[in-house]
Amino acid sequence: MSITAASGESSTGAAGMRPVTGRASAMNPARIAMRNLDFFYGDHRALKAIDLDLPDRQVTGMIGPSGCGKSTLLRVLNRMYDLYPGQRATGEVMMDGANIIDPKVDVNALRARIGMVFQKPTPFPMTIYENIAFGVKLHERLSKSAMDERVEWSLARAALLDEAKDRLHMSAMGLSGGQQQRLCIARTIAVRPEVILLDEPTSALDPISTLKIEELIDELKTDFTIAIVTHNMQQAARCADQVAFFYLGEMVECGPAAQIFTAPKQKRTQEYVTGRFG
Amino acid sequence: MSATTAGSVPGPAKNLRASRALGRRRYLVNTIAKALSTLATFIGLAFLASILFTLVSRGIGGLSLTVFTTSTLPPGSNGGLLNAIIGSLIQTVLGAAIGTPIGLMVGTYLSEYGQGSVVANAVRFVSDVLLSAPSILIGLFIYQLAVAPFGGFSGIAGCLALAVLVIPIVVRTTEDMLRLIPVTLREAVVGLGAPKWKMIVLVCYRAARQGIATGILLAVARIAGETAPLLFTSLGNLNWSLSLDKPMASLPVTIYQYAGSAFDDWVQLAWVGALLITFGVLAINIAARLLLRGAK
Repeated sequence: MSITAASGESSTGAAGMRPVTGRASAMNPARIAMRNLDFFYGDHRALKAIDLDLPDRQVTGMIGPSGCGKSTLLRVLNRMYDLYPGQRATGEVMMDGANIIDPKVDVNALRARIGMVFQKPTPFPMTIYENIAFGVKLHERLSKSAMDERVEWSLARAALLDEAKDRLHMSAMGLSGGQQQRLCIARTIAVRPEVILLDEPTSALDPISTLKIEELIDELKTDFTIAIVTHNMQQAARCADQVAFFYLGEMVECGPAAQIFTAPKQKRTQEYVTGRFG
Repeated sequence: MSATTAGSVPGPAKNLRASRALGRRRYLVNTIAKALSTLATFIGLAFLASILFTLVSRGIGGLSLTVFTTSTLPPGSNGGLLNAIIGSLIQTVLGAAIGTPIGLMVGTYLSEYGQGSVVANAVRFVSDVLLSAPSILIGLFIYQLAVAPFGGFSGIAGCLALAVLVIPIVVRTTEDMLRLIPVTLREAVVGLGAPKWKMIVLVCYRAARQGIATGILLAVARIAGETAPLLFTSLGNLNWSLSLDKPMASLPVTIYQYAGSAFDDWVQLAWVGALLITFGVLAINIAARLLLRGAK
């Protein structure tokens, strides 16, 4: 089932943390459109005929019990599965008129357009500055001053500049877990992708770091299309404009966040979001 | 005796006497095990201490500036070990310099490119066999390859023999250290759009650098004391020579020749040489330890 413009908008604030305003009332046009997407780990079909749009410069939350295929879906979008023989995807994932799962696509250029942040912070064993410059250097040739500017810009966008500006040339391994994760986000946006994939980005972080990352997501969607996988229902309700619920490799339901959490159309969705299983 | 409590529900022990007996038995077994392992440790240490003590007490008397400033001379003419020390340094450094890049590349192939392939498994097996091959065989191999066809023993043949010893050590540590790098870090690098070779060279090597450097140092420590591979290759040279195409002196071979001689001053120099090698290797090992500690 694909996404159509949402009709109603509830203002009850499903998460109870922050009132849901009218922001999710209409979805932007799709930045990425998946049609009939299947994914296989060897013979095991882990994604079944997924139809899903990621609306431009909005946040799509993906929820569902462990093993339901939501992380797998993210790994399809930037072709991470290419690293592992035996894994393959079929169907269509359209972005700017091209099918990005086509084997002929230049994956390195694709990954510059679709960045990914992982569950665990993964700072590279180098300085904070080098961590960010690393990705940029892969795709662009910048002068020293332009690179300085880019590093500063991405640290500022990732809300890390104040904490990091005096230690740019110190090892990134010395940062706290939450800072490391924001560094990873900075590193990803420094490449200036169009889409950012977040795979449970706060599951290894404390509540305060989590809050900072969630605020950051809200801030980043002015420029980037975002997909976030999370096990935390409140987080999905707080961050996402659109939420997709996955179960056993199928996408059961997708709709505006408020609707999924307050008036889901499918029984399984309702059972999951009310905590009856999963 | 524990049968009375083993099957029952968790909770306070019902049979106090049985549980006390069990406690006593565990205490006894623990004491015996501790005593035996402590004893074994002391036996091992005693040999080491005895070796070091003998080396120092016999070698220290002959240690003087002449050892480092004079080459080996005929008996009774107050010779030193300068040519052997320099020869050992040259052959060890060159051997490591030749063997390390090859070992690094093979280890990288095994860990990053050949995973699970038949070729990689065969290469790993051969490398492991080479790791434990008697070093005299390596010497004979290089003799056939680089001494016999060129009509004479040479320093470079010694370097090659030592390089062959270095390769499997570096292969193993490089592969092991690269394997330790978490897949999440690799995916993070690739996820930015980095090609695989950049991931390996720019991030993996850096993440594993202390471990890899430790492996190289251990390989250097190993070859610094090798005698057998040099007997058939660089042979040893009683005169001062820096030519790689001529026979070249080395500390282990000099010790081998001097220790069995009938001249007291030569035997004394052999002890000094043994002392120098031992402490040189010890220093390298300690450096490797410190390096590895820094990695954690």
